[in-house]
Amino acid sequence: MARPDPLIDATDRGLVCRAGGFTIDPWKPVDVSLVTHAHADHARPVAKVTYAAHSSIPLLRKRLGEHLELRGVDWGEPLAFGDTTVSFHPAGHVLGSAQIRVERTAGERAGEVWVFTGDFKRDPDPSCEAFELVTCDTFITEATFALPVYRWQPGEVVAREIFDWWQLMKASERPAVLFGYSLGKAQRVLAELTRFTDEPVYLHGAVYPLTELYRQAGIHMLPTLPIDLADRKVDYRGRLIVAPPGASGSSWMRRFPHASTGFCSGWMRVRGNRRRRGYDRGFVLSDHADWPGLLRTIEQTGATRVLTTHGQASSLVRLLRERGVDAAELSTRYSADDSETDDTAQDAAQDAAQDAAADPETVADTAAAPPPAGTSDHATQP
Amino acid sequence: MYAFSRLYQTLDQTTSTNAKVAAMVDYFRDADPRDAAWAVYFLSGRRIKRLVGSALLRQWLTELSELPGWLVEDTYASVGDMAETIALLLTRAGDSAEQLSLAEWVETRLLPLRGLDASEQRAIVTGWWAGQSYEQCYIVTKLLTGSLRVGVSQVLLARAIAQTAELPRQSILHRLMGEWQATPAFYRALIAEDDGEAALSRPYPFCLAAPLDDAPGLDAADDAQQVAAALGSPHDWQAEWKWDGIRSQLVRRQGQTFLWSRGEELIGTRFPEVATTGDELPDGCVLDGEILPWNEAGILPFAQLQRRIGRKTVGRKLLGEVPCVFLAYDLLEQDGEDIRERPMRERRERLEALVAAHRATLADGAAHTLRVSERVIADDWASLATLRAGSRERLVEGLMLKRQDSAYGTGRQRGLWWKWKIEPHTVDAVMLYAQAGHGRRSNLFTDYTFGVWDGDTLVPFAKAYSGLNNKEIDRLDKWIRRNTIERFGPVRSVALEQVFELAFEGINRSTRHKSGIAVRFPRIVRWREDLGTEDADTLDDVKRLIEDGGEGANAS
Repeated sequence: MARPDPLIDATDRGLVCRAGGFTIDPWKPVDVSLVTHAHADHARPVAKVTYAAHSSIPLLRKRLGEHLELRGVDWGEPLAFGDTTVSFHPAGHVLGSAQIRVERTAGERAGEVWVFTGDFKRDPDPSCEAFELVTCDTFITEATFALPVYRWQPGEVVAREIFDWWQLMKASERPAVLFGYSLGKAQRVLAELTRFTDEPVYLHGAVYPLTELYRQAGIHMLPTLPIDLADRKVDYRGRLIVAPPGASGSSWMRRFPHASTGFCSGWMRVRGNRRRRGYDRGFVLSDHADWPGLLRTIEQTGATRVLTTHGQASSLVRLLRERGVDAAELSTRYSADDSETDDTAQDAAQDAAQDAAADPETVADTAAAPPPAGTSDHATQP
Repeated sequence: MYAFSRLYQTLDQTTSTNAKVAAMVDYFRDADPRDAAWAVYFLSGRRIKRLVGSALLRQWLTELSELPGWLVEDTYASVGDMAETIALLLTRAGDSAEQLSLAEWVETRLLPLRGLDASEQRAIVTGWWAGQSYEQCYIVTKLLTGSLRVGVSQVLLARAIAQTAELPRQSILHRLMGEWQATPAFYRALIAEDDGEAALSRPYPFCLAAPLDDAPGLDAADDAQQVAAALGSPHDWQAEWKWDGIRSQLVRRQGQTFLWSRGEELIGTRFPEVATTGDELPDGCVLDGEILPWNEAGILPFAQLQRRIGRKTVGRKLLGEVPCVFLAYDLLEQDGEDIRERPMRERRERLEALVAAHRATLADGAAHTLRVSERVIADDWASLATLRAGSRERLVEGLMLKRQDSAYGTGRQRGLWWKWKIEPHTVDAVMLYAQAGHGRRSNLFTDYTFGVWDGDTLVPFAKAYSGLNNKEIDRLDKWIRRNTIERFGPVRSVALEQVFELAFEGINRSTRHKSGIAVRFPRIVRWREDLGTEDADTLDDVKRLIEDGGEGANAS
């Protein structure tokens, strides 16, 4: 299926654009990288210079370190890279998440446009910029939830379920511990919940600083308090606590006796996933496109060729082909060998995305959030 | 139905047993006995006979979903449950729930489907799917396909009913045994202070032994000294062989005989020779024991019993080739009196006397279909350990140890009854295929097929499901996804790299298996990442174990 000289090519270091001399979301050392968003499976500190959307920069600094050379880009701002023009467009996944549009400016195929979605969703989300539709010739899309059973309810409806569960726990004087990705999911929930209450929420140490960055970016959320690990006297009964999935089942949970546990993820749509994880409640809230969202977006871009990066790609590709669309899975060489020591987060997230058993968010989260200093029983280790 | 659907959701959404019991108590307090009877029926794991085949359901789903058939299959393979796939694909949020009780659903809608032709069934069933909320669509379709597993054990259900009825849990457990109809009368009797004449056929809950490895302070069940330290004097224990047959209860009351399997099935017609022997027992007695294939020469291999299992009726030829006996372990009821609380020692004496009296009535040369399980006598644990080591030659699985002063309990008895099994056979085998599991293991590759070397090819010889911990399952799942060679529907062939140590109980020759052998209870002992595929065993190695098994050995 491979065509000669693709504008963007999946290699062993990332999605490489030779004509432009840059790599998108690299996982091995490169000179110039364009990063779609701050999740650990897409953003790694491996480039000499990293370009990303402006609103993503504080999050990238927090996660990748101060020393990294980061350059913020405005939405839609055209940048010249070699024989290409590049621009960033909101992907609606988390704060600052971008799709990257690449247009060829020289040679026979000048004017050819490719778009890589990174991760994206179409549903409204009060905690990040809304998805922008970008037309293109070749569309490289994620396919995390590419099966027809994955259809999302509006975030508002799920937030209502979460709020009702919290109130139920309040009535029975139990803590309600909600697990979700510490970057994006947690803040989305905190923003959605402002519809129902203004009560403060307690945050795990991995969630709190990222939430502060969202607040600084002007996102309206419930008031939050960090969980003070030293203070054993806090009464968490009836409180909502938000934590990354890695904290589940760890000693960190001991301070919340009789807690009811909930988990926010698109995977919670399927009962087997819910049951296997042993959470009391599963809330179907995802920051990825659902099945109708994927199909609609693919159609609206007008793309004549569709490539998939990760997820349940094989079904989507087959369906698109049956519908006459030129579609293929991008080959991902890095996932061929399990024993490689360079088991990158991208790698792990890719597996996890293919795999309804492990939430990519879980994998990425545990890999990305080192415990803050001085919190000996902090639990973000995988 | 709404109430039952709510109950199901609550049970499904909590991992706390107390919360589950509380939810059931809430339900039973308010439920009409007609609904409650069906709720007990389904919660206790009983099922209505499948009303519509799964092939038809898939076909209808494909038609209604307007998706290609392969995509419905892909989706089902990922979800792992047909009813759930249907509910996920066909219902939309906000569909209104219908006000129809559980009993009405079952009696006036589901059961009448039987006997309709496929097109009539299609019109009715697809009508239900369209108009239901997700929860109702899921439950109705679950009931339609026969099974509704909800993570509630019999004991938990009994606890809830006992709490509702303010009765001891043991009586509820006992009343739930055996065959009954989901009628309001049944439910009323279930929660009645005194359920009148105890159901004639009703067996007792089986008393089960725990593995000796679980005994506190014991980490090597092979070590006689450790066993001695953990269990005390061997004279406090009754040792018997651990037989491998069909555990059952033989009930004789008011001139009628009932033979029950542990799965609470009546199996008298399948083992007529055992049932006939029961007819000669005095009224008001219940025996616990094992059905075993046994001829004049002694016990036969388990494979022979398999020829009888599953046959509703047996022909004369098979009866002659594989005669079965009832090997009695225990006496639970005598002269109509429940004697389960009496000590093992006393029950054993009564059992021996009962069987001896029975034998005295037999004509010379008559087959001894009723036998008492032989006691294994030894003065010390070391001697017992030596005897146990010879288990395989006797075609038994090891020893049973029951405290002389133990009552016949309900369910698994840690500390009072132990099973002291021999080490299983083990083989190093290579993973060939993987398939996703169902239920909570849907979406996760947990069912594996393994092969051993036959010359330079690997022949499949066993499927195994369990034995790995969750971390290993996750890791292996990822490996399988990366190393898939070919897909055959839900099954994937994988790169030939991974070696596992498998254990199994028995091994027999088989004409139905490609490898020419069939193994019993294969399971994974450990993932041998230290071994290469060239280290895996050969088919000859495995077949040698058959010879070791001493086919046709005599243990009588």
